[in-house]
Amino acid sequence: MCSLLRGEEMCLAQLFLQSGSAYDCISELGELGLVEFRDLNPSVNAFQRKYVNEIKKCEEMERILGYLLREIKKADISLPERDVNPVAPLPKHVMTIMEQLQRLEVELGEVTRNKEKLQKNLLELTEYTHMLRITRNFVQRTAEREPLQVQYEEFPFLEKDTVMDYSSMQRLGAKLGFISGLIHRVKIEAFERMLWRVCKGYTILSYAEIDEYLEDPDTGEPTKSVVFLISYWGDQIGQKVKKICDCYHCHLYPYPSSNEERNDVVEGLRTRIQDLHTVLHRTEDYLRQVLIKASESVYTWVVQVKKMKAIYYILNLCSFDVTNKCLIAEVWCPINDIPMLRRALEEGSRKSGATVPSFVNRIPTTDTPPTLIRTNKFTSGFQNIVDAYGVGTYREVNPAPFTIITFPFLFAVMFGDLGHGIIMAVFAFWMVLYENDRKLKNTRNEIWNTFFEGRYIILMMGLFSIYTGLIYNDCFSKSLNIFGSGWSVKAMYKDINDIRENRVLMLDPNVTGVFRGPYPLGIDPIWNLATNRLTFLNSYKMKMSVILGVIHMSFGVVLSTYNHLYFRKKYNLYLVFLPELLFLLCLFGYLVFMIFYKWLFFSAKNSRQAPSILIHFINMFLMQGDAVQPLYPGQTGLQVFLVVIAVFSVPVLLLGKPIYLYWLHNGSHHLRMYRGYERVRRNSEEEVYLMRAHDMEEGNSHSDLSSSGEHHTEEFDFADEFLHQAIHTIEFCLGCISNTASYLRLWALSLAHAQLSEVLWAMVMRIGLRMDTTLGVFFLVPVFGLFAVLTVSILLVMEGLSAFLHALRLHWVEFQNKFYSGTGVKFSPFSFSLLPSSFENDGLL
Amino acid sequence: MRGLICGPKLAACGIVLSVWGVIMLAMLGIFFTVHSAGLIEDVPLTENDFDPNTNSIQKIYELYNKVGYNCFIAAAVYVFVGGFSCCQMKLNKKKEYLVQ
Repeated sequence: MCSLLRGEEMCLAQLFLQSGSAYDCISELGELGLVEFRDLNPSVNAFQRKYVNEIKKCEEMERILGYLLREIKKADISLPERDVNPVAPLPKHVMTIMEQLQRLEVELGEVTRNKEKLQKNLLELTEYTHMLRITRNFVQRTAEREPLQVQYEEFPFLEKDTVMDYSSMQRLGAKLGFISGLIHRVKIEAFERMLWRVCKGYTILSYAEIDEYLEDPDTGEPTKSVVFLISYWGDQIGQKVKKICDCYHCHLYPYPSSNEERNDVVEGLRTRIQDLHTVLHRTEDYLRQVLIKASESVYTWVVQVKKMKAIYYILNLCSFDVTNKCLIAEVWCPINDIPMLRRALEEGSRKSGATVPSFVNRIPTTDTPPTLIRTNKFTSGFQNIVDAYGVGTYREVNPAPFTIITFPFLFAVMFGDLGHGIIMAVFAFWMVLYENDRKLKNTRNEIWNTFFEGRYIILMMGLFSIYTGLIYNDCFSKSLNIFGSGWSVKAMYKDINDIRENRVLMLDPNVTGVFRGPYPLGIDPIWNLATNRLTFLNSYKMKMSVILGVIHMSFGVVLSTYNHLYFRKKYNLYLVFLPELLFLLCLFGYLVFMIFYKWLFFSAKNSRQAPSILIHFINMFLMQGDAVQPLYPGQTGLQVFLVVIAVFSVPVLLLGKPIYLYWLHNGSHHLRMYRGYERVRRNSEEEVYLMRAHDMEEGNSHSDLSSSGEHHTEEFDFADEFLHQAIHTIEFCLGCISNTASYLRLWALSLAHAQLSEVLWAMVMRIGLRMDTTLGVFFLVPVFGLFAVLTVSILLVMEGLSAFLHALRLHWVEFQNKFYSGTGVKFSPFSFSLLPSSFENDGLL
Repeated sequence: MRGLICGPKLAACGIVLSVWGVIMLAMLGIFFTVHSAGLIEDVPLTENDFDPNTNSIQKIYELYNKVGYNCFIAAAVYVFVGGFSCCQMKLNKKKEYLVQ
């Protein structure tokens, strides 16, 4: 029941698992998520553990599953709904899964390879077709002109050389050869230049671009290609040309020597391409079918393999007992869950059909257990922000249940605006209403996940902001006049000419009828029209911040009594808590008292004689009581008394605890020897444990509980203790002053928020509202849109995050350093649902 | 899909903005027509309105009413924007069902 206040009571237990049923028992425990396993083989390498082969098998299966998932993702097949939660498979079923996966991998690999080959083939045929079609144009074009005319506008130098014309070459007996093929468009110019430089005019290059994009087989991207036709004289030139073509990665195709041959080849190619298209289509269909069938069960396999691997990992943490028949595991378990643990072990033994059941046995320990605090969906957000600072020490007071109220309240004090609070609350309410929507829960966006996890925090923050917005009377920087203002202008200025001639009117509350009584809830709306609004509000907010700060800090100090009482250190109550509280209250509690006194006992009538609290506070320390008029009779005496108490509580805090502990240890020295004799007599470990526990209850051991069991020699180091206490004293006393001043950020941020809000209204909304022209009404529509966007981005997001951060800092530093140590370890149970999945991290699932 | 201009997120933003706009502009319009003093800075007053001639109060009230009506018209425009966003949202939902 008091789990949220203090954390669960934990114990160390030993599980004795029969070898046959170990797997099933651990599977049951993983489903329940009850216990945290300890590593009993810390010195053993990962590769030397007992079940390393099984883990290797699991990783092999994971590799195949990753390949499957990638192929499924590439083919754009969507995975079916993931509501299933299959249990871990028994070792005998693992072989079937492994076989299925391997078969699927082989099949997929084959089909993919075939598909690639077919695609490559198709590409070649397509290129050949293009080439034939385009070179036909070349030939036709050249045939139209005279055969002797050369067309080398781009090769001007040739005309200087001796022209080797067609007829002369033929007389020389050189044969005309053709090379045709395709090349990337980006390379064609360099290719042309290289050809010219090497072959010097013994070749003719004609090229034309293909209109459509062809897929490059190496990179898979669509590229533009160019068809070229080289005609050359002589074999040697032909060799050179072929070498150049190789360099530029051209795809060469045989050039048909006559038109009939060309037509035959084109026909043949067309039929082949059609056939290839059909085959490729069929192959893709088959591949898709295989992938769809795999996708139906791939999720189940992923979960099963993940669970199996986790179980083997845990089995590796256990150790074998001497008879080698039984596995021993050490777990941390909450005491309240021990019956559930027993039942889980029985269930596991029953499932595996073992004759000898596995059982659990509590063992005593002096190690500090991990901290477990059970939370529900509402409290988990607040517990998370407390844990972000530090997980609580075992059985220490947990600040989270108090944070549920104080954190949204301090946020709202800094954020107080009714309109913004409503928007924030509506947004959070929407998230809460749709919290079971799968799409919202499972997005990968980190920032959205952070907001979604904190939806209850944001809801509380919004609701509290509505309340403080009503108190500050601030709604989008305008005040709401709900009850009717308590100030009356008419009573102050009877003559209407006075009003007309003055730019600024002063309302004096001492004149009868001007101030008719305080506004029932919050700040009077007339202050929104006042020029001295900030002067009034600043004074109010600063005093409010100091009051809230002192209350918050005193609450923190009072909470430390819970820790002192629980850990049976009653001396802490008198030697630590009492001096701390006296110091805080005598100085800053008195400041709060003075603030309230001035508010209550000074009104508008004697406001001119109202003293400055700051001067009085300073004079209190300087013991100059007569310099200013006293607030109340007997003030000097009381102040001297309070200062004396505060000053004397400092050495008590500094020296009290170390001296008391020193006296306790040295004074009871003979008692200790008697106890040691008793310990030698009884050699049962159980009783030693009981006696040790009894010793700890008496407060004889060291001050902090979290040290390990070796110190039961009860050594007491006075210097260590004194240093620790000195640091604590200095921290507390100086911290009191600085922390109280730190709470002034409540005033600063609320001022900043109000001013930003006012500036936004004045510079954006007012422009739209003051539009005089008839079209001005349509100007108001985009102006409001801009106002809304700026409100959300600047005032809600930026100011909201800022106020969140400052409220959090106030909790973590100013509140928690009065009582919280936060040096614990969080309890992380072995649970399948908490295990991360590497596929989800890669975005494959 | 005919008529589908905005995506799902833009349509959702449009709906939120128009709901907020309708509520806030309608309330602003009501507060202007009731001549609330807190909104005096937002009324397009000129210097000669402060002259002590007769019926300047009425002129100020008329200005208040004018701004109030402006706000109501803007709220009506936002109703149309909201309706348009709702249509876009419905079209988007239909599209989600069609393409699987």
